[in-house]
Amino acid sequence: MGKRVAIVGTGQTMHKSHRPDVSGQELINEAVTAALADAELSIRDIDAIVIGNMDHFEGINYVDCWSVDGSGGTGRPIIKLTTGGTTGSTLAIGGYHLVASGMFDKVLIIGWEKNSESDTTGAITTAFDPIWDRLVFAGAIAGLAAEGMAYMTEFGITDRDAARVSVRDRRHAVNNPHAQLRKEITVEDVLASPMLSDPIHLLDVCPRTDGACAVIMASEHVAEKICPVPDWIWGTANRHTYTYVGDVNLGEIDSMKYAAAELFAKNGIKEPRKEIQVIELYQPYSFAGIIWIEAMGIVPRGKGSEYIWSGATDMGGELPINPSGGVIACNPIGATGLIRCAEAAMQVMGKADKRQVPDVTRAVSTGFGGCFWTDIILHGKNKPN
Amino acid sequence: MDQDFAGIEPLVYESRIGIPYNWWAGDTATKFFTGLSSERVFYATRCDACNKTFLPPRKTCPLCFAKNLAWKPLAPKGAVTTFTVARRKLAALGDAEPPVFFALIKLDGADTAIAHRLGNVAEKDLAAGLRVRAVFAPEPKGGILDVLYFEPDK
Amino acid sequence: MDRVAVVGIGMVEIEGNKVRDTFETMVFSAVTRALADAGLEIGDIDNVITTSNDFWDGRTISCMAVGDASGARDKNVSCVEGDGTFGAFYGLARILSGSYGTTLVTAHSKGSQSVSSLITNAAFDPIYERTLGLDMITGSALQARAYMDATGTTSEHLAMVSVKNHGNAKGNPYAQLPMDLTVADVLSSEMIADPLHKLDCSPVSDGACAIILAREDRVPKAKTKSVWVKGVSFASDAYFLGDRDLTFSRSLAQAAKKAYAMAGIGDPARQVGLVECYDAFSYQELMWLEGLGICEKGRAKDLLSAGAFDKNGRIPVNASGGLLSGHPVIAAGLYRMAECVKSLRNGSSGKTAVAQGLNGVAGQSHCVWVLGDKP
Repeated sequence: MGKRVAIVGTGQTMHKSHRPDVSGQELINEAVTAALADAELSIRDIDAIVIGNMDHFEGINYVDCWSVDGSGGTGRPIIKLTTGGTTGSTLAIGGYHLVASGMFDKVLIIGWEKNSESDTTGAITTAFDPIWDRLVFAGAIAGLAAEGMAYMTEFGITDRDAARVSVRDRRHAVNNPHAQLRKEITVEDVLASPMLSDPIHLLDVCPRTDGACAVIMASEHVAEKICPVPDWIWGTANRHTYTYVGDVNLGEIDSMKYAAAELFAKNGIKEPRKEIQVIELYQPYSFAGIIWIEAMGIVPRGKGSEYIWSGATDMGGELPINPSGGVIACNPIGATGLIRCAEAAMQVMGKADKRQVPDVTRAVSTGFGGCFWTDIILHGKNKPN
Repeated sequence: MDQDFAGIEPLVYESRIGIPYNWWAGDTATKFFTGLSSERVFYATRCDACNKTFLPPRKTCPLCFAKNLAWKPLAPKGAVTTFTVARRKLAALGDAEPPVFFALIKLDGADTAIAHRLGNVAEKDLAAGLRVRAVFAPEPKGGILDVLYFEPDK
Repeated sequence: MDRVAVVGIGMVEIEGNKVRDTFETMVFSAVTRALADAGLEIGDIDNVITTSNDFWDGRTISCMAVGDASGARDKNVSCVEGDGTFGAFYGLARILSGSYGTTLVTAHSKGSQSVSSLITNAAFDPIYERTLGLDMITGSALQARAYMDATGTTSEHLAMVSVKNHGNAKGNPYAQLPMDLTVADVLSSEMIADPLHKLDCSPVSDGACAIILAREDRVPKAKTKSVWVKGVSFASDAYFLGDRDLTFSRSLAQAAKKAYAMAGIGDPARQVGLVECYDAFSYQELMWLEGLGICEKGRAKDLLSAGAFDKNGRIPVNASGGLLSGHPVIAAGLYRMAECVKSLRNGSSGKTAVAQGLNGVAGQSHCVWVLGDKP
C-alpha cells in the first residue's frame, strides 16, 4: 500500500508579464528557493524533482536537462511531465505518486513558463492535429469561445453573467501579491473591452505571464516533522480523453464531470458544495467559472450563473472560488495548474494571508488544458484514512 | 478496410513550425556579454563554498544554491579539453560550411569548459591540451558569436 | 515495496520511414500487441502513461495525439516527456502508490518526420550555445573524443561495437538495420563528426513500444511468464557539457548503484546476466557499460575485444541489435526494456537483465531498470 503524502512547502515568483532580468532557469530558481525556505529545507534534502512546462513556449528541448542549474537537478533524479495546460496539475499529481510510491521521501515539484519569450497563440496552434485541425480550428481562444457559445445557447445566459466571474477573480487578485493583474474591474469594463472571439471579451480571459511555482511534497513519516500543519493530499483524478476538436461535448466539459465524480466518490464526498470550503479552479476564461462548477457537481446544471451572482463564490461567501485571483489574473501556463495546487495547500495550511478563507478543512484544486482536459486534486487538513 | 488502401500512395503533408522567440538573457548573461564586447574578458562567477569557478556564469551556485556569487573576469585564453570536426553539412550548422571545428575550451582560472568553434587551425594540430585564445568579432552584436572562434595561441 | 511485474510487451517493427503510419496507428499497434502478449483486455488496464516529446513530434501537447490510441479514454492518464524508461518509472510509481493495479506505458517517435539535427540543436542553451550550431552528433562527438582520450579506446573498438550490434540485429524481426559488417566497413564509412563514422551512429527511425506493468495480485490474469521489477532509479548530471566529466557518466553510475541496491545486487559485473543499453553511438555502449558497473572505467574495450559482450558471451550486450540497428528516440529505452523481457522469458532461469534509457545531449540523465525472471 502507498504512503500518505502531504505538501510541506510552496513557493512562487512575483508573476509578471515580462521578466527580462532573469533567464528561464533563473526564474525557476526563484520559486525553488522560495519553496525550500517555506519548508525550511535545503536543496540537499530533496530526493527527486518533477518539472514541466510547454516546450514550444520557450523553444527549449529537454527542459528537465537544461534547467538543472535552477532546479537543483544536478546529481538528482529529475523527470519531466507535460500535458499542455494541465501540466502544472499533472506535475502535482506526479509528485504525489512519486512520494506515495515510497521510493522518495521529499519531492520538489516545479512548473514554470516564460510566455513573454514567444508567440503564445502560434505555439498553442501546433497542439492541434496537423492534418485535421491545425489549419481550420486552433489556438486556445477558439475552443473556449465555442464552449461558451454552446452553453449560452442552451441556457440563455449572457456575456454579462460571465463578466461577473471576471469581476470576482480580479477583485480577489488584489489580495494576492504574486498575481499579475491586481486592479479591480467592473462588469461594464468587461463588456466594454474588445471582443476577441464571440462571446469572449478581452477581460474575460487570462493574460500572458512569466512565472514559476514550486511545491514540496513529503511522505507521511517526515511531513509533520517538516511542517506542523501540512496539506494532505486525499486523492487525484483526471481525464484527458479528447483527441480531435470535434470529439468535445461543448458546453458540458465531460472531463471535469467524470474526474470530479471519481475523486469525490473515492473520498466519500456526497455534497461537495457543503463539504469543501474553497476551490482553486483553473479557469482560463470567465464562462468556465459558470459551466465547470456545474460539471464538478457544486451546483445543478444550468444553475451556475445564479450561484455566481448570489456572491456564494466571493470571499466571505459560502464557497469562495479562486481567492488567489485565479487564472484570469495570472497565467504562466506550465505553472498555472501547480499554482492552483499551491494556493489550495496554503489555504489548508493557514498560510494564505490576506486571501485566507477561514476554517478550511478541505480544498479542491484543478487543472485545465489539452483539448478540454481536467485534472483534479482533493486537499485536506486531516490525515487521509 | 485494409484492402481498400492497396495502391494508394500515402500523402505526406509538408509543414514547418515557425515561432519567433525572444530569449531574455537576464542580468547575469547580459553582464557576461557586455564584458565580452566592451572589455574582451569572460566574466565567470565563483562559489567559494563549493570552491568552483563557473563559465558560463551562474546567477546562483548550481550545486549549493548560494547567491551573490563573486564575479571573476578571465582572460580570453585557455586550453582545448575535447574537440570534433563536423564534416557533413548538418542542418544545425546553418550557413557555416563544413568542416566546422567544435571544441570545449577551459579558460585559465575556470573550473568548467565552454563550447565554441576553433579557427585558423590545422587539423593535425587538433588535440586536447591545445592552447587557444579568443578571436573577437569586429562589430559585437551581443551574443556568444561576439567571439568568432578560438585560434591556437602560439 | 509491492512486487510488480512486466506482464506484456508490444513492439512495432522499427523502420527508417513508416510513411503509412501516423503516431496513432503505430501506438495502437504496439498497444494491441502488448495486450495480446499479456492476454489482457483494455478493460484490465487501470491507468495509462504515454511518453512523447513535443519537439520530435512537431506538436505542442504531443501526448494529445496518442491518448485514444493508448486506450486512455475514460481512464486516469499522464504523459512523461523524455525516454520511455522514465515513462515506465512513473507508471511503476502509480502502482506502488496504491492507486492502480496495472499501468499501460507507451512511447513513440517518428524521426523521419523531422530534422534530427535541428531538433537536437534545440537542446542546447539558447543564450550561450545554440548559435554555435552543435547538435546531438557533434555534441556526442565531443564526448566520444574525451572518452577515447581518457581510456585508450580506439576507432577499431568503436567499429567492433557496430559490427556486433548490426550482426545481432539479424536475429531481431523488429530491427531496422540488420547487417553483416566488418570493422573495415565501419572505418571506411563517411566521417560525419570526428571520431564518429556514419556506422558509429544510430539511424533515423520510426517506432513505438508498449509495456504493461502489473502489481503482484493482478499478475495471474496474464498469460505470459512474468518478468519482475527488481530495482530502478534515475539521475541527472550537470547540463553544460563543459561542467561534466565526459569520460565517465556520474549520473548513470549513481542511478545504477541505487537500482542495484534495490535489487540486492552487490557485484553487477558478476550478477548481471545481460544488458540492453542506450547505444545511440558505438562509443556510448562502452562508456555506459562502465557507468553501469559492468566493468571498471576504461575496461569495456578489453572485454568487448575478448567477446564478453557477444550474443553468446559472458554478458550479452544489445543482443537485440541495439539502437545502432534502429533508434526511435523516446521509445528507445522502452524497446530496451521489452527486449530484456523477451530475453528473460526465453533464457535460462535465474537471470538478471539491465535496461537503460537516457535524456539530454550526450546522456545527461539516465534511467536504469533491473529486471529478473523471479519475484
